[in-house]
Amino acid sequence: MQKVYTKIESIVGNVVTVRAEGIRNGDLALVGDSYANVIKLDGDLVSLQVFAGAQGVSTNDPVRFLGRPMQVSFSEHLLGRIFNGAGVPRDNGPALKENMIDIGGPSFNPAKRIIPKHMIRTGIPMIDMFNTLVESQKLPIFSVSGEPYNQLLARIALQAEVDVIVLGGMGLKYDDYLAFRDTLEKGGAMSHTVMFIHTAADPTVESTLVPDMSLAVAEQFALEGKKVLVLLTDMTSFCDAEKELAITMEQVPSNRGYPGDLYSMLASRYEKAVDIEGAGSITILGVTTMPGDDVTHPVPDNTGYITEGQFYLKNGRIEPFGSLSRLKQNVNGDTRDDHRALMDAMIKLYAQYKESLEKKSMGFAMSDWDDKLLKYGKLFEDKLMNLSVNIPLEEALDLGWEILAECFEPNETGLKTSLIQERWPKKAS
Amino acid sequence: MEIVTGHVTGINGNMANVSFDGPVRKNEVGYILVDDKRLKGEVIRITKGVASMQIYEMSNGIKVGDPVEFTGELMSVDLGPGLLTQIYDGLQNPLPQLAEKCGFFLERGVYLDAIPNKDWDFTPTVKAGDSVVAGDTIGTVPEGLFTHHIMVPFTLKGSDWTVKSIQPAGSYNVRSTIAVIENSKGETKDLSMVISQPIKQPIRCYEERLRPDEPLIMKLRCIDTFLPVAKGGTFCVPGPFGAGKTVLQHMEAKNGEADIVVIAACGERAGEVVEILKEFPELEDPRTGRSLMERTIIICNTSSMPVAAREASCYTAVTIAEYYRQMGLNVLLLADSTSRWAQAMREMSGRLEEIPGEEAFPAYLESTIAAFYERAGKVRLKDGSIGSVTIGGTVSPAGGNFEEPVTQATLKVVGAFHGLSRERSDARKYPAIDPTESWSKYTGIIDMDKVERARAVLRRSIEVSQMMKVVGEEGTTAEDYITYQKGELLDAVYLQQNSFDPVDASDEPERQKIEFALLYDILMAEYDLEDKNAIRSFFNAIRQEFLDWHGITFDAPEFETQRQRIADLYQSKVKAA
Repeated sequence: MQKVYTKIESIVGNVVTVRAEGIRNGDLALVGDSYANVIKLDGDLVSLQVFAGAQGVSTNDPVRFLGRPMQVSFSEHLLGRIFNGAGVPRDNGPALKENMIDIGGPSFNPAKRIIPKHMIRTGIPMIDMFNTLVESQKLPIFSVSGEPYNQLLARIALQAEVDVIVLGGMGLKYDDYLAFRDTLEKGGAMSHTVMFIHTAADPTVESTLVPDMSLAVAEQFALEGKKVLVLLTDMTSFCDAEKELAITMEQVPSNRGYPGDLYSMLASRYEKAVDIEGAGSITILGVTTMPGDDVTHPVPDNTGYITEGQFYLKNGRIEPFGSLSRLKQNVNGDTRDDHRALMDAMIKLYAQYKESLEKKSMGFAMSDWDDKLLKYGKLFEDKLMNLSVNIPLEEALDLGWEILAECFEPNETGLKTSLIQERWPKKAS
Repeated sequence: MEIVTGHVTGINGNMANVSFDGPVRKNEVGYILVDDKRLKGEVIRITKGVASMQIYEMSNGIKVGDPVEFTGELMSVDLGPGLLTQIYDGLQNPLPQLAEKCGFFLERGVYLDAIPNKDWDFTPTVKAGDSVVAGDTIGTVPEGLFTHHIMVPFTLKGSDWTVKSIQPAGSYNVRSTIAVIENSKGETKDLSMVISQPIKQPIRCYEERLRPDEPLIMKLRCIDTFLPVAKGGTFCVPGPFGAGKTVLQHMEAKNGEADIVVIAACGERAGEVVEILKEFPELEDPRTGRSLMERTIIICNTSSMPVAAREASCYTAVTIAEYYRQMGLNVLLLADSTSRWAQAMREMSGRLEEIPGEEAFPAYLESTIAAFYERAGKVRLKDGSIGSVTIGGTVSPAGGNFEEPVTQATLKVVGAFHGLSRERSDARKYPAIDPTESWSKYTGIIDMDKVERARAVLRRSIEVSQMMKVVGEEGTTAEDYITYQKGELLDAVYLQQNSFDPVDASDEPERQKIEFALLYDILMAEYDLEDKNAIRSFFNAIRQEFLDWHGITFDAPEFETQRQRIADLYQSKVKAA
């Protein structure tokens, strides 16, 4: 029988300490009726972080150690279910107790990794065509508050060709959570989705568990051969929660109050993205909101060093500049022979359009070439950059050719002659 | 020897406090016994009879009272034949073998032999009765392309040791005793081909340290000509994310004219290591015709692997590099990234509750970085041969701002600074090394006076381009405009290099000399061109011809034809004297 301790020595922030013996680091406990985990041992003094927050905890509340670390149930029954950050159902369904697995497991052996080579189709031209998402990639959406990043995430979740979707929400607004749920239900994706949702109203500590829970589940699905897409929104909230806890624990802050191990903390989560030889894969798509649109803020900055590129979501569009998929070279050679060349040519022309636009706004005279570019830029933004456009890659490529043909002569595009002969749309005469 | 034991009294993150009976050394290795696992740790502080250990593994499940065994040994690596082509983690655990044993995930508490258990053809070079000291070669074995020296352990103390017996030439297991040495007190030591070396103690078994005065060719124009690196020197590559640090290092690992390359992937993405793992065995080393992997050792402690082992990984790498230097070889150590290594130090310092310095880095950050880079060097060994360790480290400054502590501490101690700029990488100008901010204190392959004059043209060109942003092209004089175009030309055809082009990807030094000589003449000449359109089209034409030239192999006859063509083209417009 588990021993019950009833003398809590201190309660600071969300951390309580109690004198107990034989306790393991990282173990789970019940303080009153809320879960807590062991974060520090000093002699017989055990520090516990209470998930539901220490508000209202009394010094004589019973503390029961469960003798196991934080775990989550894993089975097919997870699909279609919604849990909170501590793994408790949010959807009135039954609690799951079978086949418990540890969260925050060991790192994947780098020697067993393989070079990713499968594209994930999303139906969004700015992704499929210009910054292709690759299976096992870890990619954040850099954005600012107010941008439709959650809608974008939900759309990718609906349209991506994957077997299982794991959604981890941290500090979500309640409406956003409901919007996610409704969108996925309406789109018929809920049956292969698991959600771990921490809303802004929930205790902070739970937010820090969401990525580990989501990724532990994703890892098991991937080992079973499933293609898993993990969506994490918003990682800045996760970092802020970690910051809050670190400060409560009197850790020395490093940069703008964030703990010194912010990089390691993010990396150990993002690096769970993997393509497992002979089994499935984990792809991570996160959202990182940049306070004040500042990419040098510690969270986007550390994230950028970890992830394989980023999507910049600005003014409701995925910006072609600043966005980068580091793995796109692995896949966009095998999609269609004109993919790479067309992508490069269109981006170069778009860059020239931006220059012309600047010239125009400064009141310089516009040449014929400038006018062509302006026309092109407008078409490009309306027909390809617009986030509501939803077409497969091949159609997007064809559309790209049409836009070029509408604005330019073939020799103005900088494309190879052989490609132009093959692909340039014949003008209807 | 009696084993010193103790037990855990506290645990905070990856730091454990341990009370102990008997003597304990600082930086000695101990194991915490958790369930049936032995977790490795290092003693980093002893206060009031309590040892603080940093644990090289995840610390979950450790409880107060868990037994601890101390080894009496400092944190060490095994050195011996068979190191080449290996892939280790930060503690020298071979990762592929670990995968065979544990599957997809890194199981904690599993430590495998670092040196593969196999037989080697041993040839003795000393005989019984010879006197030996630490670092002396007692025999050799052939390891791939190299003659691997079997040496007396570098940690051997005293100068009164003699060889008591040594095995005749033949094939022996790497761990079998091949020699016995004895000192004047009659103590004996058995030597095998494997020796153990503490990673935080530099190997100093050489006659003298020399000035690094010989360039280490990277076959990158921008480095070899403008920002040279020397054998035995140090250089750093700071840059914001996405500026191409890792790609640049991979190119250096491929092209660098070193005998052996040690790559320390320290706290970076695992995917990047995979690229090396899959790519290098396929690539041919142009100097030897063998696979590139045969001269490469990878130390891989990626970002999601335990932080304490990340701190060790840089030392593990440099110790292996020094070991091969002792055989008279030129070793290039590439560490990516030293910022992650510094962050690992910061995490430990925080756990130790030390008084923090700038950005919470420990106060000893600078001296630790300096001590690490000082392990580079060109040395004359006792047998007269010359060996070197060159260290190149990338730095990942927070927010791309070079004013942060790690970049600044690194700049103080390195001999060359290859700063990457976001502007250049955004403009797809690769390698994105900023040509005006970066510097090198080493001498390259080309007369430095000429290089300086070329650089002056570039500086002036950048000034003009700044000015042109304000006054427009119309307000610029023809003379300034030519300077501007000269700078642009230098940038486009010399500083930038296409790493995807099979010919341009590696530019031989002899070729660089010819290319630079021609470019230098073009930059220094004065031109007779009527207006800006003429100037622009003239330089565009030269640029195009130059880029075509880069695509022609050096030994092809067209190489000289193309050179002549460019020379004729520019001379046709030179102002008559």
